[in-house]
Amino acid sequence: MPLRLLKFALAQNHPEPRMFRQPDRLQSNYDAVIIGGGGHGLAAAYYLARDHGMTKVAVLEQGYIGGGNTGRNTTIIRSNYLTPEGVKFYDESVRLWQDLSTDFDLNLFYSTRGHFTLAHTDAAVRTMRQRAEVNKHYGVDSELVDAAAVQAACPEMDITCGGHTPVMGALYHAPGSIARHDAVAWGYGRGASDRGVEIHQQTEVLGITTQSGRVTGVQTSRGEISTPRILCAVAGSTPRLLQMLELRSPLYIHPLQAMVSEPMKPWLDPIIVSGSLHVYISQTARGELVMGASLDPYELHSTRSTLDFAEGLSAHMLELFPFLSHVKIVRQWAGMADMTPDFAPIMGKTPIAGFYLDAGWGTWGFKATPVSGKTMAYTMACDRPHDLIRDFSLERFEKYDLVAEKGAASVGH
Amino acid sequence: MKLMNCPINGARPISEFVCGGDLRAMPNPATADDATWADYVFNRHSIPGVKPEWWCHTPSNTWFIAERDTRSDQVYRTYLYGAEPEIMGERSHE
Repeated sequence: MPLRLLKFALAQNHPEPRMFRQPDRLQSNYDAVIIGGGGHGLAAAYYLARDHGMTKVAVLEQGYIGGGNTGRNTTIIRSNYLTPEGVKFYDESVRLWQDLSTDFDLNLFYSTRGHFTLAHTDAAVRTMRQRAEVNKHYGVDSELVDAAAVQAACPEMDITCGGHTPVMGALYHAPGSIARHDAVAWGYGRGASDRGVEIHQQTEVLGITTQSGRVTGVQTSRGEISTPRILCAVAGSTPRLLQMLELRSPLYIHPLQAMVSEPMKPWLDPIIVSGSLHVYISQTARGELVMGASLDPYELHSTRSTLDFAEGLSAHMLELFPFLSHVKIVRQWAGMADMTPDFAPIMGKTPIAGFYLDAGWGTWGFKATPVSGKTMAYTMACDRPHDLIRDFSLERFEKYDLVAEKGAASVGH
Repeated sequence: MKLMNCPINGARPISEFVCGGDLRAMPNPATADDATWADYVFNRHSIPGVKPEWWCHTPSNTWFIAERDTRSDQVYRTYLYGAEPEIMGERSHE
């Protein structure tokens, strides 16, 4: 690295290299087509190329790379889930996250902060204890701590919440982290592109062709492609894609909003989540507070923001941190979350041969980016679901065999 | 503030309402097989567009139907279940 820096300093020109190639036309066929150029789709392309030697792959993105939910989340990474299926899956993801910067040779600003999920009621304390025990059983660093420990880690917090919902304890998860989400998409995109994968932005999928129950190709706004394998990783647009194949799913689309404050001196080290107050908050490397709450209350296929959300979230924030009353909000946005009834994703094969689904990532998808890419790449290359995602199949609903992961949404429990 | 028109109470703030989901026909639980019942219980029609939904005005507990565009969040009309206003002599949703 220092040598590269020296060369850069002595050079006459300083051209910024592009993160990935931008091929000007589609080829007529590919070994695999990945619909959706977000973190999940690009990660699948990366692992297909790196681990399975499949490089004749196209990633189709109707907008731009990482412009969907990959760039709209609050970047929290953790594995203190409630069900054994969830804990094993997300723990593998956290392990992959930890050396991703080295893998990419790109700084993801991966920052381990520690994660407190506050409990304001006896019922919440009981749930936290259950989660802590499930987590510890699977080797995840997770424990129930009392209010004094929360206060010690975050002296700025009003632990009584104005007197009406005092913090009684918290689930503490030391590996809880944040990372720079755009860099994740770029890192996977560059890694995939360097290995031969083509990334096509501004390319919308208009139809999927099948023959006797197998996929044969994709119709796009830039021409037709034939391919034996398609991965659908399009979050809020999944129902529209599935309709092209007349597949039904339990997905429902609600917007999830978030907002960011003006930058300030670092004061908040851990990530703080409160289920009862519907708040999660962390401070980024440049000092902005990133804040989120729960889903919008009804179906909407739009990324509009609302004043209701900013007002409601701010009111709850002030219960925890009254001294923020003069801080300004500088940005607010929304993403379309593809929710499932059991708060677990839908991953793996579908009734259409060669059509693989990576969906149902609702409000919990960012942290799963590496592991979903890795397991979906395995599933596509071997045409059988990876062991870690067996329980997340689309057919679990027809068999009434749900996962019961409500701990997924950080404010769900 | 976003308003919604309750068929009984008139225009009220959207915060007074909750959405009860799509208006759907329930298969007969006594005769439906497991697959049909699972389809009814879990699967949803999540394609964007105008569709009839159940809504409730919570202060008065009034359940009614709203036809809403799930892309623009525009509510076209609201009416009590079974009292759908007729348009040009024919019903739009049968």
